Amino acid sequence: MSNTLTESGSRGRAGDKVFSGIALFAGCLILFVLFCVAVFLLWQALPTFAADPAEITGGNGFWTYIWPIVIGTLIAAAIALLIATPVSIGVALFISHYAPRRLSQSLGYVVDLLAAIPSVVYGAWGMTVLAPALVGPYVWLAENAGWIPIFAGPASQTGKTMLTAGIVLSVMVLPIITSLSREIFLQTPKLHEEAALAMGATRWEMIRMTVFPFARAGIISAVMLGLGRALGETMAVAMVLSGGGLIASLIQSGNQTIAAEIALNFPEAFGLRLAELIAAGLVLFVITLAVNMIARWIVSRHKEFSGAN
Amino acid sequence: MSQTATRTPSPLRKNTLTKNQLPKWAIWAVLAGSLVLGAAISSLIGFHVVGWALFSAVIFVIAGFLVTLSVEGERKAKDRFASNLIYAAFIVALVPLVSVIWTVLEKGLPGMTSNFLFTSMNGMTGVVDNETVENGTPVLGGAYHGIVGTVLITFWATVISVPVGLLTAVYLVEYSKGGSLSRGITFFVDVMTGIPSIVAGLFAAALFGLIFGPSTRTGFVAAVALSVLMIPVVVRSTEEMLKIVPNELREASYALGVRKWRTIVKVVVPTAISGIASGVTLAIARVIGETAPLLVTAGFVNSINFNAFAGWMTTLPTFIYRQLMNPTSPTNIDPSAQRAWAAALLLILVVMLLNLIARVIARLFAPKTGR
Repeated sequence: MSNTLTESGSRGRAGDKVFSGIALFAGCLILFVLFCVAVFLLWQALPTFAADPAEITGGNGFWTYIWPIVIGTLIAAAIALLIATPVSIGVALFISHYAPRRLSQSLGYVVDLLAAIPSVVYGAWGMTVLAPALVGPYVWLAENAGWIPIFAGPASQTGKTMLTAGIVLSVMVLPIITSLSREIFLQTPKLHEEAALAMGATRWEMIRMTVFPFARAGIISAVMLGLGRALGETMAVAMVLSGGGLIASLIQSGNQTIAAEIALNFPEAFGLRLAELIAAGLVLFVITLAVNMIARWIVSRHKEFSGAN
Repeated sequence: MSQTATRTPSPLRKNTLTKNQLPKWAIWAVLAGSLVLGAAISSLIGFHVVGWALFSAVIFVIAGFLVTLSVEGERKAKDRFASNLIYAAFIVALVPLVSVIWTVLEKGLPGMTSNFLFTSMNGMTGVVDNETVENGTPVLGGAYHGIVGTVLITFWATVISVPVGLLTAVYLVEYSKGGSLSRGITFFVDVMTGIPSIVAGLFAAALFGLIFGPSTRTGFVAAVALSVLMIPVVVRSTEEMLKIVPNELREASYALGVRKWRTIVKVVVPTAISGIASGVTLAIARVIGETAPLLVTAGFVNSINFNAFAGWMTTLPTFIYRQLMNPTSPTNIDPSAQRAWAAALLLILVVMLLNLIARVIARLFAPKTGR
């Protein structure tokens, strides 16, 4: 008696080989694709480095062109993280340790849903709601704190500034950092927490003594992933920021990020300009790659004794 | 001394366990006080609801700390302070997120008409929009071409990514024995998760530009860009699901003399299929809202294009972006804004629906792992 599952003979053996071959091929394909991303970007970007510096946008060579927008990218991401990190750790703690259990489950679900809202929607919101609302505070800041270089006036009258872009980015990365840290907070061994409470610790002392040490690597990697997202985020910045040259003030229009620069100029670009933008993309790729690798490295280093995996 | 103390017990003496504790109403009193004080201070510099909330919150956090410090001591005060900060963080986070959803609902609902869903922007020029505003007639033109584009591009991205992602996960879980290749794949899949979407778009544009000449923009190029973003998500979720398939099932299958590949196809994958399906749905939800890679790979048109392999293609996200940034009529931007927000609402609804479907699939058809 034979059935379809145990059909023997060479066909089965060949099937085994073919199937494992296909699976292996798929795995290698991924490595190949990532390799291709780097190679093709480099290939198409090469004309930029070979070209006469005077022909590059700005007229002073590629590095003079890319330098300000790299700084702009870093500023936007830094603002986003400065705002989002403390808030999202607070929210994650609220969901995992403060909210009533029934509420916390649905809250976690809502946070996951918010992480899925497309970036173009956040961009549209930042452009039509947040930027006009921030004009007043910016004017006030320019008047009262204008002696600090980052708040130097005159404030933008549209609100489309670097600070607004940073705030929109922070709203975008908040659900990501929150949902990653929440999962790690929830993995804290219950026995550790109960032991701390039994020794008479207050809830905050319990969190400081058990949850944070356990989750430190996880928090760092969550923040790094948020950083990667903030660095590479395109639409929100392209829609919210009215870009320009590099300036110190965050409440005037000016500054630009790599991703937004590409998105805004790519549709009309050709020839050398195209190569320039692809080179800019390559720079962004290298930066985010470095950030992600560091994040993974931190996680893998702390894997054995923490919840971050 | 001590004798006199014991001899005259205070009538207000409390149980030692509840000694030095604030009564329950104290924190509400502090809250009410800070609200009043906050209103006073904010009205000094021109009353505004945001200013009032801000000042009250700051005063409440500080006053709560001080009151607790004076009655319950330092440790309790720190605990109170931290709790208040955490509650504040939660409220601060809620404000923009609620505002986003409220804005989309408020501005998007009026535009959600059958006209919006079933007509394209073909022939819609600034003149049409100007007339609409002058005559007060309903907004013409819609996002049908965007819906078609989104469905087609997402479909092709799924067709590319699911087999590759699934087979890679099968290789990682079933075939690799923890060698350097599998560790490399896992590592680079993780790294790939962090590729900025615009770089994925540039990669696809550069690849097809090299093969078919510069500025080749079709729906399929966009699908390739999206699959670069989608594959790692599919691999990760499938890998997790295959890992929780009990080993007993595999061993039982081998014991019956079934070959490894048939075991995988007939036993392992079907057991995990619900998790895989929900992972794929989540991956689709992630890429369906991508805008940046589509801008550089699929271009933008106003007419309907059913062919993913030729001609430019519009998707919902690029439709939103173009309608807001380059309104159809530069003088009357309201019709464009209405179309954009309706498209945003539609997009969010689709993403939420996909997320819900993923949850339902995962819950209804979850494999019984015996855990």
